[in-house]
Amino acid sequence: MYQFINTVLIGITSGAIYSLMAIALVLVWRSTRVVNFAQAGMALLSTYIGYECIQRFHSFWLALFIAMIAGAGIAAAVDSVFMRTLFRRVSHGPIAGVAPIIATLGLLGLIRAGLGLFVGNADVSIRPPVSNIGYTISGHTLAFSPLKLVIVSSAMTLMLALSLLFSKTNIGLSLRASAFSPEIARLAGVKVDRVRTLGWAIAGAAGAAAGILQTPNGTGALSPDSLDFSLLLVFGFIAAVIGGLDSLLGAVLGGLLLGLVLAFVLTYISGSLVFITAFVLLIIVLLVRPQGIIGMNRGRRA
Amino acid sequence: MSLQVTDLSVDHGAIRAINKITFRVETGELAAVIGANGSGKTTLLRALSGLNRSAQGSAKWKDFELLHTKPELLVRRGVSHVSEGKSVIPELSVEENLSLGALWRHDRAGSLQMRDKLLEHFPRLAERLKQSADTLSGGERQMLAICRALMSQPELLLLDEPSLGLAPLMVAQIFQNIRDLTTTMGLTVILVEQNAMSALKVADIGIVLNLGSIAASGPAKSLIADPQVRAAYLGY
Amino acid sequence: MHKIKSTNFTRLLFFIVLGVGLFLLGNRVDELRVYQGATLAMYVIAISSIILLTGYSGQVSLGHGAMLAIGGYAAALAHEHLGLPIWICFSIAVLAAAAAGAVLGTAAARLSGPYLAGTTLALAVGLPSIANQFPILGGEQGLLFDVGAPPARLGADFTQYKWYFWIAALAALIAIWWLQNILRSRYGRMWRAVRGNEVAAELAGIHIGKSKTLAFTVSSGLAGLAGGVLAMTISTVSPSAFPLSLSFSLLTGAVLAGVSTLSGVIIGALTLVATPEIADAISRRLGNSENVTTNLPGLLVSALLILVVLLVPNGPVEQWRKFRARSLHEVTHR
Repeated sequence: MYQFINTVLIGITSGAIYSLMAIALVLVWRSTRVVNFAQAGMALLSTYIGYECIQRFHSFWLALFIAMIAGAGIAAAVDSVFMRTLFRRVSHGPIAGVAPIIATLGLLGLIRAGLGLFVGNADVSIRPPVSNIGYTISGHTLAFSPLKLVIVSSAMTLMLALSLLFSKTNIGLSLRASAFSPEIARLAGVKVDRVRTLGWAIAGAAGAAAGILQTPNGTGALSPDSLDFSLLLVFGFIAAVIGGLDSLLGAVLGGLLLGLVLAFVLTYISGSLVFITAFVLLIIVLLVRPQGIIGMNRGRRA
Repeated sequence: MSLQVTDLSVDHGAIRAINKITFRVETGELAAVIGANGSGKTTLLRALSGLNRSAQGSAKWKDFELLHTKPELLVRRGVSHVSEGKSVIPELSVEENLSLGALWRHDRAGSLQMRDKLLEHFPRLAERLKQSADTLSGGERQMLAICRALMSQPELLLLDEPSLGLAPLMVAQIFQNIRDLTTTMGLTVILVEQNAMSALKVADIGIVLNLGSIAASGPAKSLIADPQVRAAYLGY
Repeated sequence: MHKIKSTNFTRLLFFIVLGVGLFLLGNRVDELRVYQGATLAMYVIAISSIILLTGYSGQVSLGHGAMLAIGGYAAALAHEHLGLPIWICFSIAVLAAAAAGAVLGTAAARLSGPYLAGTTLALAVGLPSIANQFPILGGEQGLLFDVGAPPARLGADFTQYKWYFWIAALAALIAIWWLQNILRSRYGRMWRAVRGNEVAAELAGIHIGKSKTLAFTVSSGLAGLAGGVLAMTISTVSPSAFPLSLSFSLLTGAVLAGVSTLSGVIIGALTLVATPEIADAISRRLGNSENVTTNLPGLLVSALLILVVLLVPNGPVEQWRKFRARSLHEVTHR
């Protein structure tokens, strides 16, 4: 019973991080119709910036904040300089369909290698803001700790803030309108190009938050070639696809679902099957319910 | 104070969709642009609203050049375009579709006032404010699209086939609404229509396009009376 | 373009001449180059498998490293547990990867670009973790794959690396020759039609799903062969032999080669072989700091990938053809 509760809590914690990453991917997909594989690299870079802040100012929260701002700036720059150039130069030809995929992948490699060049590939560690010793309930020590509580509540708070931004504000309205129908949004006076960059910036901030929360949730170790960020990207992608890739709510639910399933596999079956489970889940969703768990009836042949 | 289009041409690749057309619409007039499929009506509107950037010639609204100006900037100059096929965003609610048109004004009070005024005209929309635009009927969606454009408080309104896909009864109602709005709000309207007779009946002037050129133009009443126009475009 | 229409026979002849040329070359250069030759042949096979998939069938795989891994492991398993001769091991590598490709391809045929890209990426990230699950795969250490010493009758000075090179080059020549034939057959036309316009191809009676699945299967089979060759040159298969960066490198090679044509494949392969060496030379200049040595190859590959996509999206070969066609046009129309 305690193990069950523990597994649920652990699953929700990592699930919330996947949700943040999925939100980042969904935001970019909605505004640009690109799955941004560089999101992992952008998150990695932001996390390093956050790490530097922790070293200097000894505040996890300030670091999270600055990392998100940095993530937003990086993403906005990538969209307005890199992606725009790409779309201008490669608008047709046999490679046009795959060029954004290849380009964002190249950017991922570039960020990783470039970061390694500057900071080296040795692990650094992010000091957790609170204790990572599990709670004890009537003699049973859970793996769920104050640190995990902080992580899961930060992720949830951020998602709540994002959902308010999207549903209640004018910025949110222009973001949604531009995503669903750029032409009508333009006719209504929305400066779609700017809104698109804004969407990337928010995605960058969400990705940065996912990166900086993920690190202490795992081993606490951080390095430019860490597998954790590749996994974060892949799990974020799977979560986004489960949610339909077009839906923010779907991304959140997809992330939580994925987190729970993986936590149960990890606890009750085997650690080395975690990944395969995620992959099989992805394939099943793609084959059985390609529009996602709450997606609208749209094909996958975008 | 008028819309002056001079020598306007638009190419679709190698095909010339509009060939050097010139016309003038006075402020406060409702002009119906009619013609067969492929005569260049929609292309004309898309050039005027900046959606089509390959136009040549000139189109001046109050001495302001419309061609090659981005649509989002034209809106700020008082030019609103309702594109073909119910220009609403189905994923958003009725209320959000309306608000969208006034976002750029950054004037919450003014926009609410405008909204209430429009909802008075269209009680059906008022009842469905919180529903998604997806749930509206075709006619309601078309009205929502027009209201969305009006939320930007335009002076020049470009309407592309508002009757498309609507039942005949609905068509008559939509055109009457457009006529009323034109008069009460002091708009200048370019109404592109396949449904030539209904459009001409409410319009002040008519422009007949044929294969990208103007085949006839003049006061709507005289066009309706013109036997050649009647035979070619009005079907009797 | 070609004045003389190349027939199957002339092409076969060309490949035989090429093979003999390579053999003579192999006798003249030093051991390191011979070894690089084997790697080059591996890249040629792997890159052409991506070109087939992306350039001819319009699908994109970010995880072809996983297919190489399947091929490599299959070959090693067949060799270790069944003791089969090398060429059968390679055939098994092809079949195993093709089978995996057929399964994945069936799913892939229903997916468009970004979905397929994400799915294959997921596979490349996750597949290595399977090695730890099943003891037969040898965990992190992996398995040995020793193809054995060259036959004695080739002479005492016939080195191990030369033997690798021979096998790899032969595999590459056969693969390319076979691929060329397939691309000129009705399947090749079918793939091009689907890439050009799915709707039109479907109206012309092509079964889109089957066509894409077939392309994925064939491409995976080729990748499996490349995996077998790779395993041979490094004598082992292990999760770390097929990292994510391998998949990225292969994609870079394919983009450099110009994904729409096979003719540039050697450019892509040469670049991939040369990159570590160039990186090595640069980092020596920069004082061999560890940061530079570790990251420069990756940096170069990624930068190349981005630059090629931005500057010559259709690949240098295609660009050169266009350039020549344009200047020819100018000369004749003066």
